Amino acid sequence: MPIIPDFVKGMGRTLKHAIGTTFGKESITVSYPEQEKARPQRFRGRHILNRYENGLEKCIGCSLCAAACPAEAIWVEAAENDPANRVSPGERYAARYEINMLRCIFCGYCEEACPTGAVQLGFDYKMVDEQGKQADWTNRDSFIFTKGMMLVNPGEGKPDPLSEALEERLKKNPDHDRVW
Amino acid sequence: MEILSNSYFLDVVKVIIIFAGVMTMVPVLIWLERKVVADVQIRLGPNRLGPFGAMQPLADALKLMFKEDITPAGADKFIYYLAPLLAILPALLAAAVIPFGPAPWARVIDLNHSVLYSLALSSLSVYAVALAGWASNNKYSLMGAVRSAAQMISYELGMGLSIIALLMMTGTMNIREMVELQNAGGWNIIRAPFMFVAFLTFMICGIAETNRAPFDLAEAESELVAGFHTEYSSFKFAIFFMAEYVNMVIFSALAAAMFLGGWSGPGVNFDSATGTVEGGLPFVLLGIVYFVIKIFAFLFFYFWLRASLPRFRYDQLMNFGWKFLVPLGLVNIFVSALIYAWRDGWFNQL
Repeated sequence: MPIIPDFVKGMGRTLKHAIGTTFGKESITVSYPEQEKARPQRFRGRHILNRYENGLEKCIGCSLCAAACPAEAIWVEAAENDPANRVSPGERYAARYEINMLRCIFCGYCEEACPTGAVQLGFDYKMVDEQGKQADWTNRDSFIFTKGMMLVNPGEGKPDPLSEALEERLKKNPDHDRVW
Repeated sequence: MEILSNSYFLDVVKVIIIFAGVMTMVPVLIWLERKVVADVQIRLGPNRLGPFGAMQPLADALKLMFKEDITPAGADKFIYYLAPLLAILPALLAAAVIPFGPAPWARVIDLNHSVLYSLALSSLSVYAVALAGWASNNKYSLMGAVRSAAQMISYELGMGLSIIALLMMTGTMNIREMVELQNAGGWNIIRAPFMFVAFLTFMICGIAETNRAPFDLAEAESELVAGFHTEYSSFKFAIFFMAEYVNMVIFSALAAAMFLGGWSGPGVNFDSATGTVEGGLPFVLLGIVYFVIKIFAFLFFYFWLRASLPRFRYDQLMNFGWKFLVPLGLVNIFVSALIYAWRDGWFNQL
């Protein structure tokens, strides 16, 4: 009867789990609305538009994100910067930057395409919760997120996982080629 | 206490108290099972309603009561309505013979053949499953019912055989007397090696009799939707659900009384000549507490087993029942009979 030692072993394992969970150890699941699990660094949630430290917008209105978007969810209208009153450091800035959240598939291609790191997919996944207080979700127009909804303050954006990984490598090996 | 054991009125009170007690166990067990299974699977389990989610079964019951009660077209109406009642009735009736404590008022009836009575009632519960499956006019229900009928009949045999060894040792079919014997001479499970075998067989068969995992083929949800109660909704389903848990309580109580000494334990000094407990009422209550602790130990084992083991396949189930448990029970009877014959000097007369 080789089944008996296996049976005892299995029952021991489940009892160990039960005792561990009952007395102290954290469970795998969490009480969701009160507690949340940490999202991974490269989590693709709601979009954010980053700013530089001096407050200027990173977006230069190049529309590369819109070109890369497989769902055609992004609409960008660029305008010339007024040198006296700059919105972005480049020649142009995005006068309109809209993402249709009904079309967006959260693939992150816009983030990859962006030459300045302006658009990123953030950590926020509770879009109805966050926006729901002012929006009417029976209306399709509510799903078009505008620039004002996505812009974040300087330093509040999501850290770029690739540049962080690069920093790590440079710490280990200062001669690491920065071009990769 | 004289009046407590000799009055019809108080008999009715006892019935009501034990009925209420057993029925109160049901939500407690549902909560406990969900918590134990969650702990084994390193989850949180129900935690919204009440402290540690303890009010969750009440919410579930409320939900079931307000759900639409559907009778499928083509169902055999009379049998369809009868089956849930047949499920819960034997389960509750079996509670009558269980001696909950070392006093006459702690049991409903003192039947001379209470072991036989409880076995008979546990066999009756197969009718509920079979009739529910038949009357539902649903192939999954019927399959579940057929499986469950085959399973219950097969495992009843092993259960009966395991009890025969017990009866040979105790010489009585009265559960109250069995408990009193164990109180005097040690728990049945450790009195002889063959009693341990009998206990294991009894446990396995009991789990199969109550249709619990890993023997829950009757409601194998991965194959048969929900088995025999696929077509039952609302409170009729709730009654099947309750019957399952009541059956578990009754079986745990029987196992605790027949093998683990029932209410006996340190501090309960029972005098079998006068039938009273030294110290009176508080120690009778202590005996009841011991009994409840033993019942809960069995119930925890039920839940633990459910969380650990996968379901048997149908042929495995049949093989295990007929080719392992039944022969084991027969050998157990033979060996214990030889031992008793030797002890009583039958071989000297040859």
